[in-house]
Amino acid sequence: MSSLATARPATTMRSKRRFSFGWAVLNLNVLLTFIFLYAPIIVMSIFSFNASRQMQVWMGFTLDWYARMIADERVRVAAQNSLVIALVSTIVSTVIGTLTALALERTRFRVKRMYEAAMYLPIIVPEIVMAIALLVFFNLAFTWLDQFFGLKLNFGLGTITIAHIAFSFPFVAVVVRARLADFDRTLEQAAQDLGANEWQTFRHITLPLLMPGIIAGALLAFTLSIDDFVITFFTAGVGSTTLPLEIYGRVRRGITPDVNALSTVMLLASIVLVLGSLLFQRRRSF
Amino acid sequence: MSAIDRVRVQERSLGWHERASERIRQSERVRALFLAGPGGLWLLLFFLLPTAIVFAYSFARRGPYGAVAWAFTLENYARLFDWLYIRVFLMSVWLALLTTVICLVIGYPFAFVIARSPRRWRNALLVLVLIPFWTNFLVRTYAIMLLLRADGLINNALQWLGLIDRPLSLLFTPFAVVLGLVYGYLPFMILPIYASIEKFDFTLVEAAQDLGANAWHVFWRVLLPLTLPGVLAGSILVFIPSVGAFVTPDLLGGGKVVMIANLINQQFLTVRHWPFGSAISFVLMAIVLAATMLYFRIGETRRI
Amino acid sequence: MTMTPTILAIETVCASGMGGMEPLERPIDVELLDVTKVFENGVVAVDRVSLQIYQGEFFSLLGPSGCGKTTTLRMIAGFEHPSAGEVLIEGRRMGHTPPFRRNVNTVFQNYALFPHMTVFDNVAFGLRMKRIPRDEIARRVREALHLVRLSGMEERYPRQLSGGQQQRVALARALVNRPRVLLLDEPLGALDLKLRKEMQLELKHLQMTVGITFIYVTHDQEEALTMSDRIAVMNAGRVLQVGTPMEIYERPASRFVADFIGESNFLRGTVQAASSAAATVVIADRFPVKVPADRQLTVGQQVTVAVRPEKVRLVPIEAPGTNGLLHGRIEEVIYIGTDTFYVVRVSDDTTIRVRSQNDRNRLDGGLLLPVGTPVSLTWATDAARILTE
Repeated sequence: MSSLATARPATTMRSKRRFSFGWAVLNLNVLLTFIFLYAPIIVMSIFSFNASRQMQVWMGFTLDWYARMIADERVRVAAQNSLVIALVSTIVSTVIGTLTALALERTRFRVKRMYEAAMYLPIIVPEIVMAIALLVFFNLAFTWLDQFFGLKLNFGLGTITIAHIAFSFPFVAVVVRARLADFDRTLEQAAQDLGANEWQTFRHITLPLLMPGIIAGALLAFTLSIDDFVITFFTAGVGSTTLPLEIYGRVRRGITPDVNALSTVMLLASIVLVLGSLLFQRRRSF
Repeated sequence: MSAIDRVRVQERSLGWHERASERIRQSERVRALFLAGPGGLWLLLFFLLPTAIVFAYSFARRGPYGAVAWAFTLENYARLFDWLYIRVFLMSVWLALLTTVICLVIGYPFAFVIARSPRRWRNALLVLVLIPFWTNFLVRTYAIMLLLRADGLINNALQWLGLIDRPLSLLFTPFAVVLGLVYGYLPFMILPIYASIEKFDFTLVEAAQDLGANAWHVFWRVLLPLTLPGVLAGSILVFIPSVGAFVTPDLLGGGKVVMIANLINQQFLTVRHWPFGSAISFVLMAIVLAATMLYFRIGETRRI
Repeated sequence: MTMTPTILAIETVCASGMGGMEPLERPIDVELLDVTKVFENGVVAVDRVSLQIYQGEFFSLLGPSGCGKTTTLRMIAGFEHPSAGEVLIEGRRMGHTPPFRRNVNTVFQNYALFPHMTVFDNVAFGLRMKRIPRDEIARRVREALHLVRLSGMEERYPRQLSGGQQQRVALARALVNRPRVLLLDEPLGALDLKLRKEMQLELKHLQMTVGITFIYVTHDQEEALTMSDRIAVMNAGRVLQVGTPMEIYERPASRFVADFIGESNFLRGTVQAASSAAATVVIADRFPVKVPADRQLTVGQQVTVAVRPEKVRLVPIEAPGTNGLLHGRIEEVIYIGTDTFYVVRVSDDTTIRVRSQNDRNRLDGGLLLPVGTPVSLTWATDAARILTE
């Protein structure tokens, strides 16, 4: 950027001329970045329709890979597992997360600072750390339970679900808490003034107005669960699979286009979820 | 009411008020327990306790068949000082820093343009940034793989354009890993910076220009300092997942680029030396903690 | 400075204009006994406030921002609990009773209408909490909306209403519960001037129609003077004076009250002679003036005499009948349409503001007196007061 020759304030004409070069560069950056962000996934989606196994040539539009994907038994099991886990995880995370948000915003207790910091840990800490910790924990717990109670438990959908809840409820708490922080407390005071006790106030006023935030949190939890790989990988054990695990396995074995198809479907599902979540977040409380 | 009566009212009411306040505080405590309990318990049982166990394991020995033999030893941590492993740590930190800087250089101007666009475009642009951000990380990494392969789009295009004769080996290099990390975490940099710039009062720019500042000065002395919170937040949000990344170096590095998470994975699932893996895990946590504290320290000193 | 109960009782008897009933016989709806509120950060928001509010009164708490009036109101409503002292409603100690068990309702400053409910549901809320049967709810809601002149708006949502309409919904929502006392926290603050003046009259008429006790918080003294039967002037957590609008205005008890309500001239002087009902004060070392006093002062004592600008009559010295109390020269002339302000310098360190009504057309008839004119000032003896700070 060239500097001004004198200390005179720039005239409008000169600043327009001088800034248009800068703005062109900036806008180019934006354009290139968008291309960078979208090109890989768009290319992948396009090639999921490619009739050829190879990427070099385009041999015609086909839905074969999608058909194969749907017919694939493993994919179906994985999809089923993913959905079940995501549903259970979402429901439990949303409840726990909402309670936690209420605890953070509406109560005071001595160890609250520590509690708050602890809540942020699953969000900050790299997934591998949590994944390993859970692997180790479950392993030890199962050994211990077997030794002392004869209870033979194993890794599987249960452990995955527990893990998913553990890392998603803090996210729900953050989202709901943001909504709570903006909440107009005089509405609750007005309700109490008009004769509603604390539970009635919560039920008729707080909860309905909080609902968009809770739903946004739930969608977030669902997305996190469906998409998770690292933590699922370490807590799945043998024999349980989810969609991300399935994709990973196939990629490691060698790239086949049905991975493209599967990936594209997951992509679209994520987009739908994201837009849905955004819509709920932006829906102003009337 | 006589003066004596008034004093009596005061005294009586004071003690009474204290008892009533205590009752209210107690019911508040019960409510706090009910609300904070579930989350606290879950976190304790399935996060804090597991982490404590990992910490304990890091001082243990490796028993036969890879099981853990309880003992207290520092050998795992001592082993980390081997250049073999130090190199992995350094590589991880280096790649993470590189990723952060690249994201900053690309992301700051990007966020700036969006924040300065007309209002009706802003939301649309943000949504466009958020969409790749939210889609499956694994899928996106895979998509990059497709592009970088020997028979992938980039090589095909370069060959077709006549710029190269043989395909470049782009995949399984540090370049690929950094590309993958930037691709994955760029939105983490863009969003906080965008939030900072959006709150920025642009009449300050006009004031600075009125006082004779050119574009560079305006940026360096006015805009950047005041949007630093966003920059710092974005940096920490990119650095931490990058330094602990697993999928990206695994798929895009293919064993040739080993980062801390890959090492941990190796120790736990392949080599099955759990105590050593635990030690590595803890060093990673220490790095993350150090980065977080640095972030808070910088944030404090720059508080306006 | 709090007035002792004796003087308060006497003043109330003298001021009573309500239908011949002895005010001491009227039931007291709300009573505050030495109520104090200290917040956690140590701030004393309310400092030993004692008040008695009679049934059917329009009672205002008036004072600048931060004087504790809103906190006092909230303690009556039950949103804050006193640190010491008692709040009594209809003679019963409220203690830590929560708001939903008190027979008072509040109109909030920001209206606090429930955004996810229609106007009907908003107004019906209190009745539903009391589990009143549906048809009675419907009847009473319609009645309340009719009272505030909002019939037909039942199905609208708050965001579809104007500020004034929202305010009336808030009123209806509170009144429909037939509370004993209605608390209003600066409800007209968000309205523009013209609407505010309209609503002031409407509220006053509403109160007289319904007959409920209104406790009204405001920082606007004109509003308080317009609407209230009695006013409590507060500052820094204390009640400085309680009385009818006329008492507060004509006989302010302290410098703060004299300054906060309307305008006053504050003239320093020394007591030259004193009796139990009056004193002669030498103002500006030159002008002896007889001023009523409520107790015997000592000779030589330094006092402040307060006299309002509109009570001072100003006459040019050459004109007949110019034996005034003070004389000086006009220093400034300020024309504001309805009146003219003259700033008259009577000594090196003393000026007096005089408000002179423009009862003649200034353009053709009476000319403004020019700066520099020597003038003589006079006022009725009881128009001035001696203040103790």
